[in-house]
Amino acid sequence: MNNWIRFKNSYFFYSFKHDFVAITSFIIFFFLVSVSFLAPVISPHNPYDTTTIDIMDSELPPAWMDGGEDRFVLGTDNMGRDLFSTMLYGLRTSVVIGVGAVLFQAILGIIVGLTAGYLGGKVDAFLMRIADIQFSIPYLIVAIIAMAVFQIAFGLDRFEQLALPLLVVIIGISEWPKYARTVRASVLGEKNKEYVEAARVIGLNRKIIMFRHVLPNTMTPILVISTIQVAHAVMSEAALSFLGLGMPITKPSLGSLINIGFDYIFSGSWWITIFPGLLLILFTLVIILFGDWLRDVLNPKLYKG
Amino acid sequence: MFAFIVRRSIQAVMVMLVISFIGFSVKHNLGDPVRDLVGERVTPAERAEIRDKLGLNDPFIVQYLRFVKNAMRGDLGISFFYNKPTMLVILKHAPATIELIFSTSILIILITLPIGIYTAIKPKTWFAKFTMGISTIGVSVPVFLTAIILIYIFAVELQWLPAFGRGKTVNIWGWESGLLTLDGLKHLILPSISLTSLFIPLYIRLIRSEMMEVLETEYIKFAWAKGLKKSRVWMLHAFKNTLLPVVTIFGVEIGILFAFTILTETVFQWPGMGFMFLESVERADTALLVTYLVVVGVMFVVINTVVDIIYGLINPMVRITGTK
Repeated sequence: MNNWIRFKNSYFFYSFKHDFVAITSFIIFFFLVSVSFLAPVISPHNPYDTTTIDIMDSELPPAWMDGGEDRFVLGTDNMGRDLFSTMLYGLRTSVVIGVGAVLFQAILGIIVGLTAGYLGGKVDAFLMRIADIQFSIPYLIVAIIAMAVFQIAFGLDRFEQLALPLLVVIIGISEWPKYARTVRASVLGEKNKEYVEAARVIGLNRKIIMFRHVLPNTMTPILVISTIQVAHAVMSEAALSFLGLGMPITKPSLGSLINIGFDYIFSGSWWITIFPGLLLILFTLVIILFGDWLRDVLNPKLYKG
Repeated sequence: MFAFIVRRSIQAVMVMLVISFIGFSVKHNLGDPVRDLVGERVTPAERAEIRDKLGLNDPFIVQYLRFVKNAMRGDLGISFFYNKPTMLVILKHAPATIELIFSTSILIILITLPIGIYTAIKPKTWFAKFTMGISTIGVSVPVFLTAIILIYIFAVELQWLPAFGRGKTVNIWGWESGLLTLDGLKHLILPSISLTSLFIPLYIRLIRSEMMEVLETEYIKFAWAKGLKKSRVWMLHAFKNTLLPVVTIFGVEIGILFAFTILTETVFQWPGMGFMFLESVERADTALLVTYLVVVGVMFVVINTVVDIIYGLINPMVRITGTK
């Protein structure tokens, strides 16, 4: 209760209340995430349940157009799945992968950055060299090549089963240097402060000082880049799935739905591509807008690569 | 300086070794050089004999060293689909990608420079505000979606422009160019526009913020105090000094541009390296995939090493950090 009051009176909450863009984007973000996780309850059809899908319903236009049916508000895709329901499920997949990948890269990057920054010396030079080298190759190239290799290694069937965890790990690995650099930069700023010295004087060991004392003080920049990174991860996932190196058509994410739709755009079925595309844009846009606001409010000295 | 170059080159070689090791492991575990060479219709006995002759039963490390030795000479295996050395296949697809990157870069410069400068010197006009708003939205539009929408509008509905392929090309000293024929240029329009659209918001923001920073400096204030003409201060004093950071970042971003050509090429079936790579994945053409990996690796390592060394020449600070 006390925490809530503190939060309510904080500058953070005050500036949130007075920023129209921040409120709107947060509400839309919250709405989209909750709707996607309630997809099994809300959506009129279940795209994973093949018994309810009728191939005769395929490529129906949205309900307000000629030939559209009321059952399918936004029309159907090439397999006769209700596009609205499939999009909700797809958004859920995208959110899970986006958040999962960011968690993965954050943990990896924080451990590396913290170790490098706190220990310094040879360890620092070595770890940061690796980060530099990986940073010099675009993350998308790393992710695309890695997913391609795994697709050949596992074969298509097994790859489709493992697509979700693979995407989380590979998008995570391809973006960790960003966290490592940010964390290291702020650890370097923190580690010579008096509280760290005090902790050292009372004889705490390195691990405790690193994780319990220094880490909490580097949380602000981590929080700021995390929002942008979620948007990044969602977009990477969409790009990989669009290339056919991500989620399979049977368990579509937004990217693979756009991919399906692309094959049908020449026959005029624009809705299979456009609706998931708009949803993807809206979702990443609100995250980016919210992230911008967060950065301006917290205003940490972000490491500028 | 000499020590810096040596250190940087050693690092480049190390990275190349790591990349080649990854490439070789992929090839070793997934590839089938016998199939690449003679196809599927060979008896098991003959297959075993060829395996032995190719040295595929040697220890891993011996094979790896042989792989590196061959790679140095540009021999990275044979693509079973094209039935040609993989290096040749990649070299054949390179012009398409390079021309796409080239025309996109020119479009980016032509579009973003004037807009970026304008939004920096007149930040309060409605056009500047409008541009900044649009560019925020633009950042979150994936390039393949832009491409698909462009195809739908200009190729499917209006039927003004072709939707896929490269069109007619002319051969100039072995370089297949699409820039010199009308048909080739027509085919280039949609891919380069969609690729450009991805980078426009980023560059407008970049040029704007760099330019605004420069406009705050003392020497600009001095120039105003001297009573120079507006255009002279903006163009000669401010813009010239904006250019250096912008150009350096542009150099780095070409790598990212290359990454996004994979997406654009897939949408437009543009016969470049990215499209070829994805086709090789579909066909499980491991030799070609590994060659792509190695070539892209070499490309990035060389670019980064050269850029770093040039930085070292310009800015001594770079040389000192890392030596301790």
